[in-house]
Amino acid sequence: MLNASADCRMTAETKLEARSKKLTTNTIAVAMSGGVDSSTVAAMLRAEGHNVVGLTMQLWNQRRLAGHEGMPESVQGRCCSLDDVYDARRVAQQIGIPYYVVNHEERFERDVVRPFVEEYLSGRTPIPCSLCNNHLKFDQLLIVAQQIGADRVATGHYARVTYDDARARWLLKRPADHSKDQTYFLFGLTQDQLSRTLFPLGDMTKPQVRELAAKCGLAIAEKPDSQEICFVPGGDYKRFIDAYLAEQGESLPDTAGDLVTTSGEVIGEHNGIHNFTVGQRKGLGVATGSPLYVIQISGANKQVIVGGDENLYSRTLRTKRVNLISVADLSEPMRVAVKIRHRHEPAPALIERAGDEEILVTFDEPQRAVTPGQAAVFYDSDVVVGGGWIV
Amino acid sequence: MHRVYLDNNATTPVLPEVFQAMRPYFDERFGNASSIHHHGQETRAAVEDARESVAKLLCCAASAIVFTSGGTESDNLAIAGWVTAGDHVITSSIEHHAVLHACKHLEKTGCEVTILPVDGRGLIDPGDVRRALRRNTKLISVMMANNETGVLQPVEEIGKIAAEANVLFHTDAVQAAAKVPIDARQIGCHALSISGHKIHAPQGVGALFVKKGTRIQPLFHGGRHERQRRAGTENVPGIVGLGKAAQFAKESRDRGDEKRMSAMRDRLEQGILAHVEDVTVNGQGAARVPNTTNLRFNHIEGESLVIALDLKGLAVSTGAACSSGAIEPSHVLIAMGLRPDQARASIRFSLGKQTTDADIDVALSLVPESVARLRELSPTYKKQAVGT
Repeated sequence: MLNASADCRMTAETKLEARSKKLTTNTIAVAMSGGVDSSTVAAMLRAEGHNVVGLTMQLWNQRRLAGHEGMPESVQGRCCSLDDVYDARRVAQQIGIPYYVVNHEERFERDVVRPFVEEYLSGRTPIPCSLCNNHLKFDQLLIVAQQIGADRVATGHYARVTYDDARARWLLKRPADHSKDQTYFLFGLTQDQLSRTLFPLGDMTKPQVRELAAKCGLAIAEKPDSQEICFVPGGDYKRFIDAYLAEQGESLPDTAGDLVTTSGEVIGEHNGIHNFTVGQRKGLGVATGSPLYVIQISGANKQVIVGGDENLYSRTLRTKRVNLISVADLSEPMRVAVKIRHRHEPAPALIERAGDEEILVTFDEPQRAVTPGQAAVFYDSDVVVGGGWIV
Repeated sequence: MHRVYLDNNATTPVLPEVFQAMRPYFDERFGNASSIHHHGQETRAAVEDARESVAKLLCCAASAIVFTSGGTESDNLAIAGWVTAGDHVITSSIEHHAVLHACKHLEKTGCEVTILPVDGRGLIDPGDVRRALRRNTKLISVMMANNETGVLQPVEEIGKIAAEANVLFHTDAVQAAAKVPIDARQIGCHALSISGHKIHAPQGVGALFVKKGTRIQPLFHGGRHERQRRAGTENVPGIVGLGKAAQFAKESRDRGDEKRMSAMRDRLEQGILAHVEDVTVNGQGAARVPNTTNLRFNHIEGESLVIALDLKGLAVSTGAACSSGAIEPSHVLIAMGLRPDQARASIRFSLGKQTTDADIDVALSLVPESVARLRELSPTYKKQAVGT
């Protein structure tokens, strides 16, 4: 046990230098989900000798929708499940830090769940994780942390934050382990938020994190990674929308309409635009000779426009609600690489201002399935330049 | 870190005298109180002594006391032990969940339940109880003192209404016991619940007074313990502890200790009101138990204040913990007409027999600065400050 904690401390100390700029205060709040990553962060910071406070955000009550509209009586989702809170609390007890669960259910519903449902019903494909980061984890949690005397919040995200003296800006960078890169979901962080955030896992790979968790004797070292949207059990978002609206006493708006080809020919009907995502092939309900894909979803006239694979490619896209990180403003066009969904290899492109609100992205090569509602995140090598929401 | 504990309505430390009284009953005097041999006789005597001292605290006959595992079991026994399908129950919106959830469960099994409102002070109107009576009303269950605000309810008036209507009356006196005098006969109740760990006895023991001649259906089936009202081998050390704590409470009351308690509570309350702006006493204008004050610090999250104070060594509470440990706004304060944000801005301070003047000093030094820090970071407080 002695050796284990010494190992835990040594590995942790090697990370110290990179963050020394930020470690000016003693108390750090760790956002603990009960998973391997955030548990390891708490153990590392504790081993480094910081005052650590563990916080878990209670965001959603899984039992709320149980029994509603096709939901099973007992809903097994990951978000804020009692098992995860139990795991987080046990880790906190094991490493000897105070631990609290903070209730942000109202805010989560208002800023994440509602917009998620409304985006789908308007024919877009939302990313709730980014909304949660912007409105909950790096907003509400930072406020709570400050209120309880912790000036910094550490999370288990795979990303890096550094201060660039030359630019006098905080930079968000891709992590050492590109396969775990979560910067796509973090593009909304402001300079103030970045200055108070620690990502201690940024220089580590997932196997190293698991190994460190095991060395620290954490029982959750072998716990599987979570993949799905935390509040949507089993990943079935359509069933979730039905159940949520039923619970709210609202009826699902009728978004059924025509299936139309790119040349404007009506070839059938569909049962609601929220059932479709750009690039989707299955479930169109029409038989044709060549494969058909969803090319575009038109919320205004409830049309789902379908076409061949070749119609899926676009050279440009526009983003709104832009957040810039490495630069204060985009006064002239800039060469970057742009990522348009979580599992997309950033593609070379030119970004430039298009009016006050929007940024126009022009790719060198057309990109497949540009999806409104997703984010476009701009990279300069490993540095996140900024990002915006695809319109 | 020096820690100060002002959350005695959640639980209290076992008093040294109580602990000493319990000790022999773990190893030396370990007998089963139902055994006929020496060992059984020894523990049987201890259980009956404890029963008499609890009876003295509640001003009732010893035979009317049933030992249970705590307040929740006592409440459930009183409710489920009397009410059957087709019956009507009257209770209030500020009851402990042990009563409210037991009644909600009854609804599913074919009973009717009326949940009475309270006024802004947290008081139930006895007139409402009278008006809620129906032909099939079997039971009225209204608490004696509220756990969140400490507000004392008009139980004697409700007892009279129950007697006139020939309806059973149960009162949850978990938060009243050892804080105010309790006279079961004067209240006119048929059942009254108390809990050990709220009066400096251990967790896991409680009692239900059941008026003589009132038959009650047991929750558990098994041996003929507790005059067939509660099957299961008695928790002898716990019962001994409850008996000792009851005796201590009675002696302490005869000495007038509650005056000292209410003086400390008032000093805490007045001190905070004097040093922090925009604070309201929840339950103001109603009679309260001497150890509790519930304060609303407008424009803060009580959850953050509780955590901030805990990290500085002061234990207080807000709202009710849900199964994850997150805090939900208190149903009691919501019933009193507070908005959810006002309920979440409320903090309960509750004193115990171990509380000292020095503890109050610590609270008076920590609370104003912590509230100031929270308000500095509160968007709504800033907005309000700019607006005025």
